[in-house]
Amino acid sequence: MNPSLIDYTLHLADNALIIGHRNSEWCGHGPVLEQDIAISNIALDFIGQARNFYQYAAELAGNNATEDTLAFLRDVPEYKNVLITELPNGDWAQTTLRQFLFSTYQYYFYQQLQNSSDTRLAAIAAKSLKEVTYHLRWSSEWVIRLGDGTEESKQRLLTAVDELWNFTGELFLPAAYETALMQEDIGVDLSIIREQWHQKVQEVFAEATIQIPEKSWAQQGGKTGIHTEHLGYILAEMQFLQRAYPGAEW
Amino acid sequence: MTIAVQHTSPEEKKIWNLLETVTDPEVPVLTILDLGIVRSVELAQLNNHQLKPIITITPTYSGCPAMDVISMNIRMALLQAGYQQMEIKQALSPAWTTDWMSEEGKNKLKAYGIAPPQYKQAVCTPEAFRDEEAIQCPQCNSWNTILVSQFGSTACKALYKCNDCKEPFDYFKCH
Repeated sequence: MNPSLIDYTLHLADNALIIGHRNSEWCGHGPVLEQDIAISNIALDFIGQARNFYQYAAELAGNNATEDTLAFLRDVPEYKNVLITELPNGDWAQTTLRQFLFSTYQYYFYQQLQNSSDTRLAAIAAKSLKEVTYHLRWSSEWVIRLGDGTEESKQRLLTAVDELWNFTGELFLPAAYETALMQEDIGVDLSIIREQWHQKVQEVFAEATIQIPEKSWAQQGGKTGIHTEHLGYILAEMQFLQRAYPGAEW
Repeated sequence: MTIAVQHTSPEEKKIWNLLETVTDPEVPVLTILDLGIVRSVELAQLNNHQLKPIITITPTYSGCPAMDVISMNIRMALLQAGYQQMEIKQALSPAWTTDWMSEEGKNKLKAYGIAPPQYKQAVCTPEAFRDEEAIQCPQCNSWNTILVSQFGSTACKALYKCNDCKEPFDYFKCH
């Protein structure tokens, strides 16, 4: 039993579940039908990835844990998702920019994780990478379209960059369980991903005719359970039914 | 409990034939064999000399809601054929690809009005605004079609429009 492996798997599961939940809030509210369908599909991919990680974490944790107890019965301090995933959606620019920043990170992360010595994590990563490829392409196109679009779309994108940038540093600051697993050849080396991420973001931003901000201060805490006030609201909505009616099914 | 049969036996063949009757709930013209999601069939010998089928399937997309229904339908088909015990397992690796779809499945898709995945695996790249490969309209066979969205009515499809017959259509995208 490797406690770091459980935390690591939960961290990946929580990332996917929370950004998936945020994206699902767009269902029925997208700017046009095709994009509503797109972001709902992306949400579905994330929920599927989250389930794969939760199922594995439940097997590792034992004690009658299931994917459902892990998702529905843990409270804010036990969640290990990065803060950027739990931030409110804002407008379409903020949602698609967040998706781009996160998908770029996930793309390189899963590329490395599919070579993990842990075969289960490697299998989930290889499977998810195919889906993330579509997410990255879709969100890159939106960043370019908005940045190199009208005066208003560009301004909205710039505002989104300003809102989100301080939350990107956390992606690459390893928690103790990440450092431990990296040393065991199970986890990913975040310093490599950081370079790849920067290069990709720079390329897409250049095409979008915007700049990477100079500021480098990073808001962090999510990986170890210190969250923004927003996560509580997400969990309240997501977990209400299972808390009020334990074990309810339909 | 031991694995009784290693190679395709008549009993195993019977199971494969049963699986041929189980269809995808979202694309009902395709059987799960057409889709290429059945990875293995094994038979275990139980103490009472009955055989217990162990079927391993792989999901198309991580979040595909059809997987649970497919598992249930496999169970129903086996129960109807008289098997009392069975196990449906899911395997993620190797990850499913549209290359595993049968030629017959591709033909059935087209007849159903969904453009089948390209015969030669198209590389899905993360690069933005790349030219799309031409996809043939399943209605009028024109190649003059345009991508509307990489995401369609289900996780496995993209949305296209035909510039000639003007019909929108689904494309079972490469994966």
